[in-house]
Amino acid sequence: MTDAVLNTPRRRHDLTSTAAQALVRKRYAAERRFKFFGVAAIVFAAAFIVFLVSDIVIKGAPAFVEHRLTMKLTATSQQVAAEGKTDRASLLQGDWMAVVRSGVAGYFPEVTQRAQRSKLYNELISSGADIDIRNRIIADPSLIGKPVEASVLLSDDADLYFKGSVTKRLERTGRGNGTVSGTTGDVQFASSGSDFVDDVSRIRSDLTRAANLARLEVMRLKAAVQTVASDRRASLEEQINRQVERLADLDRRGLATGGSEKIGDNTASVLLRLNGGVIKVTELGDKSISGTVLIPLKSNVDAKAGDWQIVTLNTPEGSRKLSDQQISWLDRMKDEGLVSRGFAWRFFTSGDSREPEQAGILGGLIGSALTMLVTLGLCLPIGVGAAIYLEEFAPKNRLTDIVEVNINNLAAVPSIVFGLLGLAMFLNTFDMPRSSPLVGGLVLALLVLPTIIIASRAALKAVPPSIREAALGLGASHQQAVFHHVLPLAMPGILTGAIIGMAHALGETAPLLMIGMVAFIVEVPKSLVESATVLPVQIYLWSDLPEAAFQAKTAGAIIVLLMFLFCMNGAAIWLRKKFEQRW
Amino acid sequence: MDMTMKPEFQALQAASAAASAPAAVTARGVNVYYGTKHAIKDLDVDIPEKAVTAFIGPSGCGKSTFLRCINRMNDTISICKVTGDIRLDGSDIYDKALDVVQLRARVGMVFQKPNPFPKSIFENVAYGARIHGLTQSKADLDQLVEESLRRASLWEEVKDRLDQTGTGLSGGQQQRLCIARAIAVSPEVILMDEPCSALDPIATAKIEELIDELRRNYTIIIVTHSMQQAARVSQKTAFFHLGTLVEEGPTNTIFTTPRDKRTQDYITGRFG
Repeated sequence: MTDAVLNTPRRRHDLTSTAAQALVRKRYAAERRFKFFGVAAIVFAAAFIVFLVSDIVIKGAPAFVEHRLTMKLTATSQQVAAEGKTDRASLLQGDWMAVVRSGVAGYFPEVTQRAQRSKLYNELISSGADIDIRNRIIADPSLIGKPVEASVLLSDDADLYFKGSVTKRLERTGRGNGTVSGTTGDVQFASSGSDFVDDVSRIRSDLTRAANLARLEVMRLKAAVQTVASDRRASLEEQINRQVERLADLDRRGLATGGSEKIGDNTASVLLRLNGGVIKVTELGDKSISGTVLIPLKSNVDAKAGDWQIVTLNTPEGSRKLSDQQISWLDRMKDEGLVSRGFAWRFFTSGDSREPEQAGILGGLIGSALTMLVTLGLCLPIGVGAAIYLEEFAPKNRLTDIVEVNINNLAAVPSIVFGLLGLAMFLNTFDMPRSSPLVGGLVLALLVLPTIIIASRAALKAVPPSIREAALGLGASHQQAVFHHVLPLAMPGILTGAIIGMAHALGETAPLLMIGMVAFIVEVPKSLVESATVLPVQIYLWSDLPEAAFQAKTAGAIIVLLMFLFCMNGAAIWLRKKFEQRW
Repeated sequence: MDMTMKPEFQALQAASAAASAPAAVTARGVNVYYGTKHAIKDLDVDIPEKAVTAFIGPSGCGKSTFLRCINRMNDTISICKVTGDIRLDGSDIYDKALDVVQLRARVGMVFQKPNPFPKSIFENVAYGARIHGLTQSKADLDQLVEESLRRASLWEEVKDRLDQTGTGLSGGQQQRLCIARAIAVSPEVILMDEPCSALDPIATAKIEELIDELRRNYTIIIVTHSMQQAARVSQKTAFFHLGTLVEEGPTNTIFTTPRDKRTQDYITGRFG
């Protein structure tokens, strides 16, 4: 019956024909194309990751550094131990900020006005600045009345200034010999060189640019005036007149030559440093300025060329949080050698705070760890147990089919739904403590259970049936075969699934918002039932705050969260290796 | 086929002795169904004690299915249904009161593909003894492992690396390890489902030699696709075709003077 087939002449396949060669070329081209797309996809993905990570690291790095003052502080017994008692409880009642204030005041004797003092002590010094001296003295009360070297925490704005994110600061040395009219109040300064030519021309070109914008605005308004209703025309024309006047003024000042120009709130500040003091320039010409003294000069002797400096702060005073006066004070502290830069351990050792310089992630970190503990403790045994039963022992019928389909469906349920479920069940029905890691862990356990069950079942299914048969053939019972042979082989896969689930849970925010873990919590949680927050929620909370320093904290917390994840994954890989080594 | 006949004459005496030996396993009226498929039809066979019985036949003829009935491995397949009477030493193995785990300790099995546990060589052999509680002390267990490996002619090759993993051995060694693992629980019957189909000729020769030696202590049933192998190692041969037992008898008789046309066609290579 196969004779007919065998006797048919074989089709000749000519490998040298153009058609065959074209086919080969086409195949090669397809392979090259595929390879190119694959490599391109990897490069693209890698570029995204590099961009993301570097962006986070650049933004977050400042959060790990802080600036503080290191100075000798003397705590008097009136300030901290008014009744003469030096036990811990009484000392804690002391006015430690007064100690810090008097220490700082030693460097700024001229700051006496109430408003000025507030700007110095309340805005540049952190409200937590007294913690170090307090702890030192409580540890050794005999130090009361003696100078103690302590660190004084700066406020977030002062810290940001030293990190360079408040304003760009340029300093250049005066080239001419300068004469100054006084040491305090409004003063005149003149230089024998043309030290301020550049500043004047910069201000004038800014004015010209503003004038051009104003000109466009006038044209726009004039065009608009034709189209609006007659009742609104009057107000619009008034607006035009104002703009025209402003334009004329800008044009006049911008195009002026010689003479002097005022420095307002909207132009970069110029400060002069000479004779140990600081003058804020209010009006400047090519060679001379008039200004206000911010820090009194020690004398009004002439400053020789090279002995005085011109400081330009690029961000106008009106658009930053620190005034020229405050920046002068900070510069002064730096000149005195008080400012030191160090690793911000505080970021890891304190809970949340309204003050960015005192806020840390320990609360979120511990909260996350406790929550993960609850989640892991519930998920791993329940998830793996369910997977083993469903995969190995459950009868295959309609009911188990329904269970299986629903587990797969649960894995796709939006996480916020689990949060609502947790709110309804754990908080409202069972009356469990709100915002606690216990409830958070329970909700996240519900969330990751389907993931773990599905991953564990897949891992169990992947164990070759020959191993099962070998065990059964030797007279092992079904259960023995599963627990002695199948489960250990599936363990690496199960662990991988569990870690993917835990990583998912670690980054989850939405369901935790529903159960109140979004609250502002300063205390670091000590048990499962205390109010707590978790890392992703902490990040979410910080990202919403207006203070610039919290932006760095947000990125810093993201770095810590990613590190937490790396550690978890590292632990999983280590565990997996350990399990595999046994074989 | 002629050249494979020759050793058969030498085995003639052993074979005739085997044929008259008491039966270890007897099957009467066995039917096996996979769902609606009738895999084995009304099978009667006697397996002689302390001899090698070979099941031959084309693929899908039911020989492996029947083999797996003898230690009830078919129980793990939910759609498989077995009727009829299979007796091991006179007792019904499908009896409701019989514990299938104990049955499998009496009827060991070696599979087509070597399947050692991914554990140490020692653990592979000791596992069966452990779960059945066959040894009382560590020394006892050590002795059992050594004895089993010696019987499987593997001891000399692995005695210095008992703690290394069993999956690291060569294919032939792995299969001998599986045999050692099976005999460590002292079964009465050893079922071998094409034990050499994944091995090279040298490893095959070693296994065959081993089977020949094991015959002294164990009843062996081997399923094979190689007629030469059946002729070399077995004393009794049963030929299966399309779910029925066509012919059985002493190996030399089957290969020299088969009664059935189908048997003759198969062993001379006309089909299959």
